[in-house]
Amino acid sequence: MIGEIVAALPLKPIVAVLAIPACAAALLALLPGYRLTAALNVLAGLLTLVAALSLLVERPAPGSYFFVDDLNIVFIVLGTFVGFTTSVFSASYIGHEIEIGRLTAVNLRFYHAMYQALMFAMNLALTANNIGLMWVAIELATLTTVLMVGIYRTHEALEAAWKYFILGSVGIALALFGTILVYMTARPVVGEGYDAMVWTLLVSRAPDFAPELLNVAFIFLMLGYGTKVGLAPLHAWLPDAHAEGPTPISAVLSGLLLNVALYAVLRFKILLAANPATIAPGPLMVVLGLLSVIFAGFMLYQRRDIKRLFAYSSIEHMGLIAFAFGMGGPVANFAGLLHMTMHSLTKSAIFFAIGHIAQVKGTQKLAEIRGITETHPLLGWGLVVGVAAIAGLPPAGVFTSEFLIISSTFARNPALAALLAFGLLIAFGALLLRLSQVAFGEPLGGKAPVEASYVPLIAHLSLVLAAGVFLPGPLVRWFQNVAGMLN
Amino acid sequence: MVQFSLDFAHLLAGGLVLISFMLLYQDRMFGLLNVFALHAVVLSLSVSWQAYVQDAPHLYITAAIALGLKAILIPIALHRVVVRLGIHREIETVGGIGLTMLAGMGLVALSMVVMLRVTGAADPLAREDLAFALSVILLGLLMMVTRRNAVSQIIGFMSLENGLILAATGAKGMPLVVEISVAFSVLVALIVIGVFLFRIRERFDSVDIEALDEVRGDRS
Repeated sequence: MIGEIVAALPLKPIVAVLAIPACAAALLALLPGYRLTAALNVLAGLLTLVAALSLLVERPAPGSYFFVDDLNIVFIVLGTFVGFTTSVFSASYIGHEIEIGRLTAVNLRFYHAMYQALMFAMNLALTANNIGLMWVAIELATLTTVLMVGIYRTHEALEAAWKYFILGSVGIALALFGTILVYMTARPVVGEGYDAMVWTLLVSRAPDFAPELLNVAFIFLMLGYGTKVGLAPLHAWLPDAHAEGPTPISAVLSGLLLNVALYAVLRFKILLAANPATIAPGPLMVVLGLLSVIFAGFMLYQRRDIKRLFAYSSIEHMGLIAFAFGMGGPVANFAGLLHMTMHSLTKSAIFFAIGHIAQVKGTQKLAEIRGITETHPLLGWGLVVGVAAIAGLPPAGVFTSEFLIISSTFARNPALAALLAFGLLIAFGALLLRLSQVAFGEPLGGKAPVEASYVPLIAHLSLVLAAGVFLPGPLVRWFQNVAGMLN
Repeated sequence: MVQFSLDFAHLLAGGLVLISFMLLYQDRMFGLLNVFALHAVVLSLSVSWQAYVQDAPHLYITAAIALGLKAILIPIALHRVVVRLGIHREIETVGGIGLTMLAGMGLVALSMVVMLRVTGAADPLAREDLAFALSVILLGLLMMVTRRNAVSQIIGFMSLENGLILAATGAKGMPLVVEISVAFSVLVALIVIGVFLFRIRERFDSVDIEALDEVRGDRS
């Protein structure tokens, strides 16, 4: 029934997923007026989400430019969902920024256009069936976010954007070199030209590739895209970019962009796994992931800025996800995928809450925010639930996935599991310590009522809590299927 | 003829590595810009030679972009920026020049050892081209790390991109889609840089990263 409706649509879902944000970006760059453009931004987000969902029903046959399979559709649906809810949050957030004059009309137009351009670039990266096209898309996504991080033009924002730009470019350059090396490896086997960059062909012919060159290529790709994932020691750009840009951008950075880079790493991991003579890509990911978890755990204690605090928490969780995929095997892959989904939802919910909190309090400094549950109960308790979830307390979905990661690791390598658990406990302590200061106690800072949109916050948190209590059967089977692909 | 085309390609690629070293020891801003222009000219020659040898006319476009944009337009633009900002004094480097050069040699040796060992199966032209390209990339990275000044970091980044283009053109038959997009992304990157420079100048009258660094993370 739904299949028939989707098939009758004038625009194929795969085209719509790309065309809607692209057209919206062009349109929003031209239109004036905050209310109209914010509404259009939300509408474009919703339409893209609908298109992404219809991909679940009607999946196009893999072409030479685009393809959809079980793996990337997880990322597409998750990405467009967070993109849509963030656009709802963004509408109310931006309204306040316009009121206090932090953003001008021109800036706003630019902001909305870049937002949709980012959505386009991410969907392009996720659907691309070509490693070159994917690289171009990730580069485009980086550039749009650089511009948005620097939008306030303050001293700190410019420094953050510059740092992000330089480190992001170096990462992306290394990734391009890796991409070229993959082409060189594929050329003698697949043949010259376009075919040697097509995913589906590469994976099917991978057993015949020269393993040494593929190894070197993977190291470059891992370091390059790993920079964009925010794995320590390549993470330096991430806290600044999260802290100094508009909060909706922090939410999409953590909720989407890090995942897209991770997706690229996973794709190449599949490619390596298809060739038995290559090195195992897992240990490299495990080491970088573990390093990120432990390093970020300790760094959490020294944070003085609330957005920076949760940026470090993102480093920790991306490390955990990379660790899970590095361990491999059906359970760890399943847990990694689940954790990625839960982290995206929870972290963006936390940023939704923080965005409004920072606006009413007029500051991002942790020391100047106190007793938020008393002055703004809904926001405050939203933050409490979100932070409790991200710290890994049951019954949230994050607990389930963390439990699965640790238990499956414990069965195979107890020492690694112990180290990981240690890192998670460190981070847990830091988050709860900071949360108790911010949420409870004598209120400090602004008490003015806030015009917040609670819908995205509540929607994300209820999804996370629901996932912790009950995972629907089709979802479990879907993720298990993907976990099998990742081997 | 085959031997000659190989030798000439080597000469150009090796020249690029040499000029990367020259970039490392420049201590004047204008000198740096001129050497970078030379870097781009040699890249353009190298790409043209590849276009001729591989009989791939579309590579001439890449060569033209390298020549027009990187060898002429950008150095001129950066020249103006430098003059306007009055930063044509000595460039501050992290660590001594000698140390940097030694590190550079180490990196080149590393890239030779790694690339020549793993590319046994590939054809000799691409093989050594790739080793040179990796050297240029690593030297560009080194330059970005050892320079404190925004303009010289940009130069470092662009020399790194030159290395990437060298690698991409050395890979025979690599689709044009990618090359144009490389050039395009460089262009976009430069617009971004331009915007940044403009804003930074507007705010600080300085493009020294040190000056930006005073708000160092969240220790404030």
